[in-house]
Amino acid sequence: MKISPRAASWLQVAPMATVFVTMVLVPLCIIFAVSFLDYDFARVFPEIYLASWSDALGSRLTLDLYLTVGRFLIITWVITAFVGFWLAYFLVFHVRSSAIRLTLLAAAAIPFWTPGPIRMVSWVPLLGREGLVNKALMSLGVIDTPLTWLLYSDFAVVLAYINLLTLAMLGPITHSMAKIPRSLIQAAQDQGASEWQIIREIIVPLAKPGIAIGTIFIVTAVLGDFFIVKIMSGGQTNTPANAIATELAAFQYPPAAAKSVMLLVIVVALVALLLRFVDIRKELRD
Amino acid sequence: MAHQANQRPLSFYLLSSLMAALLVFLYAPMVCVYILSFQGPDGGMSFPMVGWSTHWFEVLFRGTGGQGMGDVPGSFRRSMRLAAFVSVLSMVIAVSAGMAYRRSFPGANFVFYSAITSMVLPGIFVGFGIALTFNLLGWQINWFSSGIGAQLTWSLPFGLLIMFIVLGRFNPAYEEAATDLGANASQRFRMVILPIILPGVIGIFVSSITSSYEESARTQLNVGLGNTMPMEVTGLLTGSSTPVLFAIGTMTTLVMFVFILGAVALMGSMARRRAARPDS
Repeated sequence: MKISPRAASWLQVAPMATVFVTMVLVPLCIIFAVSFLDYDFARVFPEIYLASWSDALGSRLTLDLYLTVGRFLIITWVITAFVGFWLAYFLVFHVRSSAIRLTLLAAAAIPFWTPGPIRMVSWVPLLGREGLVNKALMSLGVIDTPLTWLLYSDFAVVLAYINLLTLAMLGPITHSMAKIPRSLIQAAQDQGASEWQIIREIIVPLAKPGIAIGTIFIVTAVLGDFFIVKIMSGGQTNTPANAIATELAAFQYPPAAAKSVMLLVIVVALVALLLRFVDIRKELRD
Repeated sequence: MAHQANQRPLSFYLLSSLMAALLVFLYAPMVCVYILSFQGPDGGMSFPMVGWSTHWFEVLFRGTGGQGMGDVPGSFRRSMRLAAFVSVLSMVIAVSAGMAYRRSFPGANFVFYSAITSMVLPGIFVGFGIALTFNLLGWQINWFSSGIGAQLTWSLPFGLLIMFIVLGRFNPAYEEAATDLGANASQRFRMVILPIILPGVIGIFVSSITSSYEESARTQLNVGLGNTMPMEVTGLLTGSSTPVLFAIGTMTTLVMFVFILGAVALMGSMARRRAARPDS
């Protein structure tokens, strides 16, 4: 039996397509439909009811949630992009031995083998009232009473994001920079370009795909996170994803659905915007 | 580096310090976990150490050690069972799909962008959607249906991307040579393509196990009865605050460490065997 190449491809891709259609695309449509339905405790009625949407779109609360997460996102992005860019530059253009480069990258990845929830607990002995940071500052005489904003605060949330996501920025930028031909840098040096000029005129433009991919990771991680923000803020700060999680726990499906669709539209719009800067399939292939 | 005679610029030292700072920032909390897991029986969640002991590991392995301990061994078993199925399925499905992308076919972009969508959607959204779909269709939520499905939405996109990397570097000349020698499609795949892409395939397996073991946003609404490991630890986090949490951290890190080093060693030995082969 001979099948056409096209049919062979369809057969090969069919299992994956089935998973995405049944577990992502169909549920997406169902969430959208349910957001317009009436409900009471843990039940959904097949009647049109628009209050979920008018609540989600019109309330001051929603705006506050998005302002909070927007602030987290911008601070996290600025810091991880800055650190990620400069360390990628360091690894690719300053470190001369590829063994040392790989060792440093691996060293940065190893702490992530500890599961997420444990990484969150690990801040307690460092940042808590009795933690090492407070003790060190007090013994140095910088402060008299323990700082209380180190843990269970917005500061702690952003710190945890940066801790978690710097590597997500560093990896893709390193990948992009490693592909820059050395002859290009050499040529610029021969023409008398300074290190700073080389960075600005050659490296930044060519590192853009890496920055875009890193940014996608950070946007999706921060906007989709409800766990870190809950633990690290001590339940004091809420974000849109957090509000959805709370409503799900209370079985209020239609309002959770309306808020989910809103979050989805924002995430997808941001990712679509970022994908204009990078062709992922081409980026992976070479 | 001793063999470098020329002077390093100032930026080298600045950036070295930044690298060192990042490593300290990444390791400091982890090192605290490892040290504090050996806290004495009377010690708490912070320094100082009140003696050294393996008390908290004993509490962990006894399973029901009181003090707000849930069913950690049970959760570990459930997580492992799920990870075993998810990793094998991800490997097979992603390799198969990767092979499809060696030709262009109608719908290629649709599946690719579905994968990207699945990867970037907030996990809680995907988990909620699957739970809601099962609920409305009147199906029972269960670890082997909705649970595995939910985890696949997270592991498969990465599997596909790894396949793109692996097959992007694959030299089609080998395959053409095999065809010229009269190999059929199945022989080409088993004897030529698979051995060459095997390290990448193992990479998919490893990344799927770790992502399955860590995932909770998609899983928690869909796994049915009984917690998985991340859910259990999160429960402990809010329920109790004893160093047993640190003991869990040390143990799971150790397991991961052994597992990942094993996988890396396996990939390395395969690469060496290939390099050592006289006819290559």
